[in-house]
This record gives sequence, structure tokens and C-alpha cells, in this order.
Amino acid sequence: MLEIKNLSFRVEGEAGSELGIIDNVSLTIPDNQFVVVTGPNGGGKSTLARLVMGIEQPTEGQILYNGQDITHMSVTERARIGVGYAFQQPPRFKGLTVRKMLSLAYGSTLPEDVCCNYLTEVGLCSKDYLNREIDMSLSGGEVKRIEIATLMARNPGLAIFDEPEAGIDLWSFAMLVDTFKKMHEKAKNTVMIISHQERIMMLADRIVIIDRGRIRTDGTKEEVLPSLLGEFACECDFRGAVK
Amino acid sequence: MIGKLDMELLEQVADLHEIPAGAYNIRKNSEAAGRASTEHITISSKEDKPGIDIFIKPGTKNESVHLPVIITEAGITETVYNDFYIGEDADVLIVAGCGIHNGGDEKSEHDGIHRFFVGKNARVKYVEKHYGSGDGNGQRVMNPTTILNLEENSVCELEMVQIKGVDSTIRDSRATLAKGAKIIVTERLMTHGHQMARSDMEIQLDGEGSSAQIVSRSVARDDSEQVFNPRAVGNAACAAHIQCDSIIMDTARIRSIPEIAANHAEAQIIHEAAIGRINNDQLVKLMSFGMDETEAEEVIIQGFLR
Repeated sequence: MLEIKNLSFRVEGEAGSELGIIDNVSLTIPDNQFVVVTGPNGGGKSTLARLVMGIEQPTEGQILYNGQDITHMSVTERARIGVGYAFQQPPRFKGLTVRKMLSLAYGSTLPEDVCCNYLTEVGLCSKDYLNREIDMSLSGGEVKRIEIATLMARNPGLAIFDEPEAGIDLWSFAMLVDTFKKMHEKAKNTVMIISHQERIMMLADRIVIIDRGRIRTDGTKEEVLPSLLGEFACECDFRGAVK
Repeated sequence: MIGKLDMELLEQVADLHEIPAGAYNIRKNSEAAGRASTEHITISSKEDKPGIDIFIKPGTKNESVHLPVIITEAGITETVYNDFYIGEDADVLIVAGCGIHNGGDEKSEHDGIHRFFVGKNARVKYVEKHYGSGDGNGQRVMNPTTILNLEENSVCELEMVQIKGVDSTIRDSRATLAKGAKIIVTERLMTHGHQMARSDMEIQLDGEGSSAQIVSRSVARDDSEQVFNPRAVGNAACAAHIQCDSIIMDTARIRSIPEIAANHAEAQIIHEAAIGRINNDQLVKLMSFGMDETEAEEVIIQGFLR
């Protein structure tokens, strides 16, 4: 179980003013729940994910994982107790092959067929990719899919995905949705996905909307999704009719 | 007599676990410690200066030559001249390399001057590894000079590695390419402590359709210093690509001074260079697999220098 208690992350803005990126957020995610965190760009979703992984340190508040206070733990320590994170914009590594990266994620050398399975899950033809380096020769979408595959290989107790759909084409996206669906059906992990995609939200047990650093809405898919879709229709009417 | 320390050095510089099959020449503390020629590959001592001539007959296929040099005594300074004559249509692997174990207080230095005459349509893979060990105060110095003459449609692949323990190195590599010749150079270098490494490289692309691909990857740690000066000169319709990538750490210093020159309108010459520290996101990514920062750095460096 993940417990976020009165969490704030403030940074210094212009002229010494203080900007609240995350403002007094409390959120409890029970085991095996599949939660989609959504909301407008710049609302604080990614920062919340980075705070949970330990990439950023909160200015106030507390984070507990399975009852243990992890607020001041390093990324390494959190990883070792089962927190995992997939970057929105994954870094590239000259010289590191896809196969090596999957093995590093898993914790020991993975057999080729197991690596292939992870790659297939994210829509990559495994034999073309296993020995490729994760460098600039791969497209953004390819790197992103490899990133998702590494978190699957790691199989953490709490898996955080920061916009897994970003940069992925429509065909691969459909496959990815299936993969997340399967992951949820196995129900062995707690999953927190930051996403703007309706098809990913459709998989959720729960949807949390973060806006201006605060939780605006928190409820089941059935409760949140209809109003959210209505809101999008209102705000994004590309025909020009402002309602 | 080849002892345990010698075998360790031989393993580091030539991946040798035993006396190699095929042609070889082992030089230990400035003396011959073993040599074998084969039906197609002849190794003979030079008469006017230290060094050997290696003659590879035309058409020799899938054979290898191992030429390791090991120095286990302090205070040795040597310059060795080795010439390789590679016959037309040959296809061979040449593994050279130098390991210095210096447990004393005096400097040990090996300067190898290697000239390659690569015949028409021949293919050569040349692997050169440099390694130093020993906890004495004496410096371990290696200054290799590599001069290559590539005749028509020959291909030369050079892999030059210096990962550990060499205090000072000045590397001078020069190649001249005839029509259709191709050179691929991969250079991997790591310096640490107060080490200094300089690599000067000049590729003259004289022949139509000749090409060069140079990839240099280096890591400078601690208070070490590296200088790269790659130069590609296109004198015909040719193609060259030079890529220098360096990771800088601690208080190290790296300079990259590339030069590309075209003396022909159809010469296509590209240079890319980058120096930077290890990206924080890379570290975080690997730490999110449970590694600590030092382990993550090692994985990144090992991959980079692979």
C-alpha cells in the first residue's frame, strides 16, 4: 500500500516568490489497485510520480510504502523495496544493448526468449532489437517502448508509468493497452499510470485528477470518466464554438 | 620463461590464455620470449634495429598473428619497429598489445612503431590493447605509432583499447587510402589518476571511393587529461566520418581538436564531437533498478567503452 500524506513540493519562483508544484496532496493506494492519474499539463502529475520514486524530495509531508516511511529514502533504497518507475522521456545509453538493459532491470542475466517476450509485449520485434544499443539510432517511440519493457522485467510491487503513451504510434498503442490490461488482470502489482488516454483510463480501478498541484477529483472510473470526457468536449471544441 | 604475472599481462593485452596457435612473437623485457612462423606467415627479426618484419603471403585466409609485448622490469625504455607486409587478397587477424607491470620506482616505456602495407583487396583486423599494472612509483609509458598504407580495395579494421594503468601515452596514427580502400577505427580509452593521453590521427583519403569511419570513445576520471586531434583529409570523391565521444568526471580535462579538410568537390567528410558528464537521468534510471550511484556509473562507463 502506498500512502501519501500532506505532501508538498515547493520551489522558488521569480523574485523570491514560492511556487507550489504539489500542494498538500494526500492519497492512499491499496495493494493491487490500478490507478490512473490525469489532469492538465503542468498540473503536477509527473512531479508527484517523481516524489514517490525519490527523484525529487518533498518540502513537506510524508510517503509510506507498505507501512514504511520512505520519505527520505534514496531512489536506490526505494527500488530495493519494490518501487519502480518508467520515465516519460527515458534517457539513452551509448553502448548498452536492449538485452543488457532488460537484464539489469530484472536483476540478473535474462535468457533470450524471456527478453523477447517482454519486447513482444510492447510491440517490438524482438530479434531486431535485442542487440541494439539504446542510443540515438532508436526513435523516441522505440526508446519509450523499451522503457516500458524494462519496468515489466523489473516487475516491482509498485509500478509507476509516466505517460507511457507519449510518442507511441496508434498501432503500438493498441498493443500497449492490451499489455496494461493483462498486467492488471494478473493483479500482482499496484500500478500508477500518468496518462491522458481514455483507453488507459478505461482500464483503471480509480482515476485521480491533479490540477494546480492539488487533487481535484478522486473516484472510480465510473464516477470520474463521464464528467472528464464531458469536460474535454467543452474545453477542446476544435470547431471553434466556445461554450 | 613465461610465468604467472606474464600470463596475466598476456591475457589483458592479447586475450591469450596459453601460447597461441598460428604465428606469434612474444617480446618480454626487450628480449624474444617465443616465436613461431607458419606456412603462410613469416616473422623475422630486423637486422638494423629492434623489431620484426611480418610477411603474410597473398591469399592467406583466416589466419592470425599474435604479437604481445610484456614488460615486468622497471627501468626499461625501448623503441621497437614492426613492419607488416600483407599480401593481396589476404584476410587476417593481427593481435598486438603491450602490458607493463611496474613494481619499481623507475619508468618503463615501450614505443611501438608499426607500419602496415596492406595489399590490394586484402582485409586486416588489427587489435591493439594497452594495459598497465603494478604499484611502484615508476611510470608506465606507451607511445604507439601506427602507419597504414592501404592499397586498392583493401579493408583495415583497427581496434585500439587502453582501459587501465597506462600513465602516459601519445598515440600517433596515420593512414593513406588508395582507390576503394576502407578503414574503420574504433578507439576506446580510459584514463584515471594523473594519467595523460594524447591521440593524433590523420587519414588521407587519396583514392576515389575510399572511406573512413573513426569512432573514439573515452572516459577521463580523477585528475587525468586527454587530448584528441583527429584529422581527415579528402583528396578524391570519398567519404569519412569521425565521431568522438567523451565522458568527463571528477577534475579531469579533455580537449578535442578535430580537423576535416576537403581538396575535392565530391569529398564528404563529417565530424561529430561531444564531451559531457554522465547524465543524471541515466544514473537515476539505473538506480531505479536498485543500483547505488557508483554501481550505476560503472555500468554506464562499461557500456560506453564496450
